[in-house]
Amino acid sequence: MPRQLLLDGAIVNDPWRTPAELEAIALEGAALGAEARGAEARGAAALAAATLAAPGAEPADSGAPLMLTFAQWSTQRDRWSAHRGLLGVILAPADPVEALVPDLPRFALLGAEFPGPGEGRGYTQGRLLRERWYFEGELRARGYVRQDQLFLLARCGFNSFELPESELEVGRIALATFSAAYQPANDSGLRRALRHRS
Amino acid sequence: MRPRVSACDITCQLPTGRRKRGAAVRGAAVRGAQRRGAKVPKGMASCAGIIGEHCPGHGKVPAVYRYDDIDAELVAERVTQFRDQTRRFLAGALTEDEFRPLRLRNGLYIQRHAPMLRVAIPYGLLSSRQLRALASIARRYDRGYGHFTTRQNIQYNWPRLELVPDILEELARVEMHAIQTSGNCIRNTTSDHLAGVAPDELEDPRPWCEIIRQWSTFHPEFTYLPRKFKIAVTGAERDRAASLVHDIGVHLVRGADGEAGFTIFAGGGLGRTPIIGQVVREFLPRRHLLSYLEAILRIYNREGRRDNIHKARIKILVRALGIEEFRRRVEEEWEQLRDGPLTLGNAEIERMGTFFEPPAYRALADHDPTEGRETAFRAWYRYNTTAHKVPGYRAVFVSLKKPDVAPGDMTDAQMELVADLADRFSFGELRVTHTQNLLLADVEQGSAHALWRALEGAGLATPNIGTLTDMICCPGLDFCSLANAGSIEIAKLINERFDDYDYLYDLGELEVKMSGCMNACGHHHVGHIGILGVDKGGEEWYQITIGGAAGNDASLGTVIGPSVPKAGVAETIDRLLAVYVEEREPEERFLDTVRRLGVKPFKERVYAAPAAA
Repeated sequence: MPRQLLLDGAIVNDPWRTPAELEAIALEGAALGAEARGAEARGAAALAAATLAAPGAEPADSGAPLMLTFAQWSTQRDRWSAHRGLLGVILAPADPVEALVPDLPRFALLGAEFPGPGEGRGYTQGRLLRERWYFEGELRARGYVRQDQLFLLARCGFNSFELPESELEVGRIALATFSAAYQPANDSGLRRALRHRS
Repeated sequence: MRPRVSACDITCQLPTGRRKRGAAVRGAAVRGAQRRGAKVPKGMASCAGIIGEHCPGHGKVPAVYRYDDIDAELVAERVTQFRDQTRRFLAGALTEDEFRPLRLRNGLYIQRHAPMLRVAIPYGLLSSRQLRALASIARRYDRGYGHFTTRQNIQYNWPRLELVPDILEELARVEMHAIQTSGNCIRNTTSDHLAGVAPDELEDPRPWCEIIRQWSTFHPEFTYLPRKFKIAVTGAERDRAASLVHDIGVHLVRGADGEAGFTIFAGGGLGRTPIIGQVVREFLPRRHLLSYLEAILRIYNREGRRDNIHKARIKILVRALGIEEFRRRVEEEWEQLRDGPLTLGNAEIERMGTFFEPPAYRALADHDPTEGRETAFRAWYRYNTTAHKVPGYRAVFVSLKKPDVAPGDMTDAQMELVADLADRFSFGELRVTHTQNLLLADVEQGSAHALWRALEGAGLATPNIGTLTDMICCPGLDFCSLANAGSIEIAKLINERFDDYDYLYDLGELEVKMSGCMNACGHHHVGHIGILGVDKGGEEWYQITIGGAAGNDASLGTVIGPSVPKAGVAETIDRLLAVYVEEREPEERFLDTVRRLGVKPFKERVYAAPAAA
């Protein structure tokens, strides 16, 4: 079953893959291919292999949306830039948002990793991306993401949430926890407008 | 907002004839009431018995913030949210680790004996109606008392976990909550308990406290900070809010050309690593307050340490960067935020101001109400009341420091009595002080004696405000799961030792502050005498510091030497005070003698011979 997440208030399949996931698909495809040479397996393996092509190699037009860590992106920027499909970067809490700014148009997805329930730096990263750098693509929260954080995350501009499967439905409700707010923020992750104090 | 209508329990002080003639006073009261969203009844003179605390005819609309529909909705939605979180925890869907940050942000701790619920009293301000609700909760959900804290909040030590959502619902009915009274978020903003009435006040800090309360409530970006975050605001010459030992201290000031604004301090704090706050910005025009706070919080949220809970407060970041570099980063961030959507318009600032307009004071002259009165009243009046900016009025402390009661504790019946007294004598409004007493801010001097009698009868008139036995004290080992040692027992021992009021008064102004552990909830570092509970091989010992202060001249106390056993604490204090009495110069406070002489003579006396306990 494909991985699902909450995007713009709807439960959808997640098309994004990490390099490790693509590698696994490639290996699986190669193994399957050796046995059955099935067209489907060959296709997936080729796509995965092409996506992971080393610098200098001729990239195939794979089209697989590829989600990198900031560390992967920043250490092999040229390699990943050559990727033909959509590109996304997930920031760890200590990663500098500002380092992504020169390449912002290249990214269809940006996001923040939340290693545990107490982590709060991603909230600032989200707001900066939306409000200071006007990022308009998918803004994703990964890691420890639960229904109780969604309203706050959405107010920081996040519109994509990797929730545990059991919380996908309640997560939609959690986006409406409060109907008003005291302070201006970025509410692009909420589906409806909040009332604010003047 | 629809005003709540309830029976009026205020006995009108003015005869009908005078009320009819007092149109000007009444008109002002009506306008104030309308601004606060209160309903003004037709026929002002016949208002008695109709609309309770909103009653503008009495001029007794308490100067507290009134919720509008946004406030009411947010608090109600928070109760719903927390009810669901509690249900999930009790059903096993949330682990304790997952529930902890959620319950803490609603003021709920799991303590030694039972859960502890901390209820927010924004900047310490309460209406009589709210205090009655707190009393009712104490009686029905707790064991008939509550504990007032140094953050001007109230704690209940015995609520049942599954009933906490019900308590929050009851609080919401009187426009109260427990939001952000714990957890790594922006806590209750504290302020001067004499706000609005102090003769040395430049500007009333309460509208600014409320502006900060709203901005910081459910702030989407700053709810998961590295550590807790405390802001204090003061608008007087004398800092009575301990603002220099807060993460941010906001001082209302006037700029060179008379423009209203703020001096912003940051990086103060107590706990394991006590540090005095430093100036980040000398002058900030008032419209920029929130954008500047947001800049500071953003730098802290991004760069504050998260690897070690003991190094996670903003004071550690400020110290590591140095104040210049910290300031540079804040200013750089602020340049991006200033003049943005957080900019405060004059209309909003003025709207907040209307909630805290002065009540309808009567035109009176100052006089001495103690003339010809009994000695006990004279002592009480001298120590438990303080100057008021309006002639004929005094601010009156309700002492929660009776010798045989834990400092800051109050029973439900006492709360109800004080609520009634607030209605009778102080416009239905009262405050919690950071020294764990209550205050009736607007009492006519001529009413002082009647008020004293009522307080005296309830054990709330111990004439010790500002003296040795007006101790700040955390709940300590008796209740708190963090504590190393008891505090309440020590307070009791000190009270037993120093029961001679002549001696207490002779010692003059003396701040004793006690914490049961390094977390310093009792502010021991900034006590003139500080007492810290330490654990020594499973026994409760106490480390003594002297020379600390929390005001404008804030300083950290110096440890006098090895810690002393429980039985030696009172003796140690006795010896410290004996040195003071011998060495002091005329009119010199204990604190100043310590500052002049240093620790040495005090230390020598304390450790000269074993304490005969």
